[in-house]
Amino acid sequence: MASVVLSEAEKLYIVHGVQEDLRVDGRGCEDYRCAEVETDVVSNTSGSARVKLVETDILVGIKAEMGTPKLEKPDEGYLEFFVDCSSNSPELEGRGGEELGTDIANTLYRVFSCENSVDLKSLCINPKEHCWVLYVDVLLLECGGNIFDAISIAVKAALFSTRIPKVRVLEDEEGTKEIELSDDPYDCIRLNVDEVPCIVTLSKIGYRHVVDATLQEEACSLASLLISVTSKGAITSMKKVGKGSLDPESIFEMMETGQRVGKSLHIALQKILDEEENLGTSRPKVGFLG
Amino acid sequence: MAAVTMRLPAVHAPLDSGSLRGGEKHLVAPGDTITTDTGYMRGHGTYVEDDKLIASVAGVVERVNKLVCVRALKARYNGEIGDIVVGRITEVQQKRWKVETNSRLDSVLLLSSINLPGGELRRKSAEDELAMRDYLQEGDLISAEVQSIFSDGAVSLHTRSLKYGKLAQGVLVQVSPSLVKRQKTHFHDLPCGASVILGNNGFIWIYPTPEQKDDEAGGYTANLEPVPLSDREVISRLRNCIMALVTHKIMLFDTSILYCYEASLPHQIKDILKPEVTEEIVLEARQRLLDSEG
Repeated sequence: MASVVLSEAEKLYIVHGVQEDLRVDGRGCEDYRCAEVETDVVSNTSGSARVKLVETDILVGIKAEMGTPKLEKPDEGYLEFFVDCSSNSPELEGRGGEELGTDIANTLYRVFSCENSVDLKSLCINPKEHCWVLYVDVLLLECGGNIFDAISIAVKAALFSTRIPKVRVLEDEEGTKEIELSDDPYDCIRLNVDEVPCIVTLSKIGYRHVVDATLQEEACSLASLLISVTSKGAITSMKKVGKGSLDPESIFEMMETGQRVGKSLHIALQKILDEEENLGTSRPKVGFLG
Repeated sequence: MAAVTMRLPAVHAPLDSGSLRGGEKHLVAPGDTITTDTGYMRGHGTYVEDDKLIASVAGVVERVNKLVCVRALKARYNGEIGDIVVGRITEVQQKRWKVETNSRLDSVLLLSSINLPGGELRRKSAEDELAMRDYLQEGDLISAEVQSIFSDGAVSLHTRSLKYGKLAQGVLVQVSPSLVKRQKTHFHDLPCGASVILGNNGFIWIYPTPEQKDDEAGGYTANLEPVPLSDREVISRLRNCIMALVTHKIMLFDTSILYCYEASLPHQIKDILKPEVTEEIVLEARQRLLDSEG
């Protein structure tokens, strides 16, 4: 991951600041940077979203394609994640970014492995034969710290904006099944994203932990906890990263903070998505040229 | 307790031009024709094609008699002798350090160009060479002055004065070098309670004002005591104000930073980076600057 080099005195300044709940940019330990969320930025996808957290820029595109269901779950569709970090820096181009990309993709698989997060049964067309497969592609445009949170926010926003065309299964006299796509392009099914979790990264700096760490703060933190929280505050998965160790008590504190912050994150995100939805076609599209 | 704000993106409208000081500037983009008159000599940032002088970078056209050049708006730092720079040590080599200063090549700090701790003045010996890492390590920040420029454009620095040397606790802000105004002095003790070093290379260092000037130290003892909360607030506010000025491409110098700081006092520190608050305080600061000039 992109990281900055800091002098010892700078790191000390950051650690003492976190201790006193005043970070370098004036935020408290549980404050997020101002996020900009926009959906429907890529036209040839079923759903897309772009999230900009000051210096971190993520683009997610979702394409719905027909496929065969998995053998162990014949009446459900599924999600496939792919993460690309090439546009970040020369060292992450091509094979270099593969490690980071697979790491993020595996984390996303784990977060969405919980059964209730996405209603997979609604993605089924014909049990054992046809189902919708959602290919979720994540592009890391700029890495400015806290990429996991931004990616999960973008995935949730993209899932919210995904429109899957309605299909009907017609059965012939001989028993052969035909799939018919409805003629109306606006006739589509939307996904219910109420249970989709968001990742909250808590980085341990000194004796306290912070949410939404910048690159400089990540350089000062030895251990972080990635928690995925649903809008009701339920934790669906947890992962510890970093080469430092975490005390079990601090893990409990971080989990509580993660639940609290996660709930406000979901509320803010849902509000923005509803606001965007209500604006409808009159919303000025900003995209990448704003 | 937790504050999470999200917003829909808005088109970033540039501030209304108001009164442009010094007349209209000729702005060009790469590929724009500057002039079709063949009597001009082409300078940096231009090339000739089909008898036309075309710009190769995005920037402002500068004309000195017959020489036409384009000064790029966003470019790496080009060192000039006498500039103050803030740099980060990237490598420790034999008898010299490599310093990153946001220029095309890493700058060089020779072992013979530094002051030893304690202010000793002597020729550096072999033991000094082996002890280089005790003075400056990789990742350390230093303030230095440009001593000379090598033929390939790499800059050679020196810290042969007590005001230069290793930097202690503080905050570094990286901006484009073209936004830092050239002034007589780049070390400012702002009246709001913090000090600022405006490096010509775009690295700006904000730090708490040291209480007494310790001349014997020679610039190496780092004060590792925790900085008091009041100083921290001033430093964070200054950092956000500088980011606000950079977003709207205002030249950075001590007066502009101070005006922006004073305009931001009614707001909370973390609110300064919200787009509407940024625009408000930058407009106010710009108005004060224009009033004080005209």
